[in-house]
Amino acid sequence: MTITLTHFLLVSVILFSLGLFAVITKRNAIMVLMGIELILNSANINFLAFSRYGGMNIEGQMAAIFVIILAAAEAAVALAIVLNIYKRFTTVNVDEISILKD
Amino acid sequence: MNLYDIVFYFFALITAGSAAVVVFSKNIIYSAFSLLFTFFGVAGLYILLNADFLAITQLLVYVGGILVLLLFGVMLTTNTINIHSKSGSLHIVPSVIIISLIAGSLAGIMMTANWFSNTAPAEGAVQSTSKEIGTALITTHVLPFEIASVILLVAVVGAAMMARRDKNNQQ
Repeated sequence: MTITLTHFLLVSVILFSLGLFAVITKRNAIMVLMGIELILNSANINFLAFSRYGGMNIEGQMAAIFVIILAAAEAAVALAIVLNIYKRFTTVNVDEISILKD
Repeated sequence: MNLYDIVFYFFALITAGSAAVVVFSKNIIYSAFSLLFTFFGVAGLYILLNADFLAITQLLVYVGGILVLLLFGVMLTTNTINIHSKSGSLHIVPSVIIISLIAGSLAGIMMTANWFSNTAPAEGAVQSTSKEIGTALITTHVLPFEIASVILLVAVVGAAMMARRDKNNQQ
């Protein structure tokens, strides 16, 4: 049995589900960010798998490059927001930051 | 079972296992460090998919940049001396149900779908993709490339401003 497209897609499904689980259930904002990075990585695996097995040679890799670039920008901005939240509330637990609800 | 399969299962095991440690670990420091192994395993999968440039970029940007940034965030926002840096969880049971439903349906779709070509195309000697990517970045993809550079500049300057805003106001 040799490795097919489905094997790569299944790895990406596992990464996506774990990332979504972290985003939904974790209280710490940094853990939510880690879940987002897992989801972006699973999307990148999909891009590259379809780029290899689908015959569109370089296009999928270009999309993956731009995903990595935007992930870097997103991490920088999100970390700055989390630091501001910590200054304001002295906690980064996303369930305790609810003054907009009151 | 040839060498390609063994290497694939090795990297897939590293990726999935350390991603599980990231999600299920109680200590946020352990999560951050096992995220390193996840990124490393994903880079190995990229190499198996003939994307050598992407794999190196993954190691440089994710391990060298994003992971260090996340660790800085952990260090700056948790009181690591007094309190154990636990990361609690919310509403586990409904999310487990929903996530397992999503994962099951996704895996079912992936396995039953009739993909156009499920086996790798026959190819000769594998060539480096750096040259093709460089050519594509300055010919067909030059507009998204420039936009991405502007976005990176704005994001980094904006992040630096936001992180230091209180200090500037006090002065």
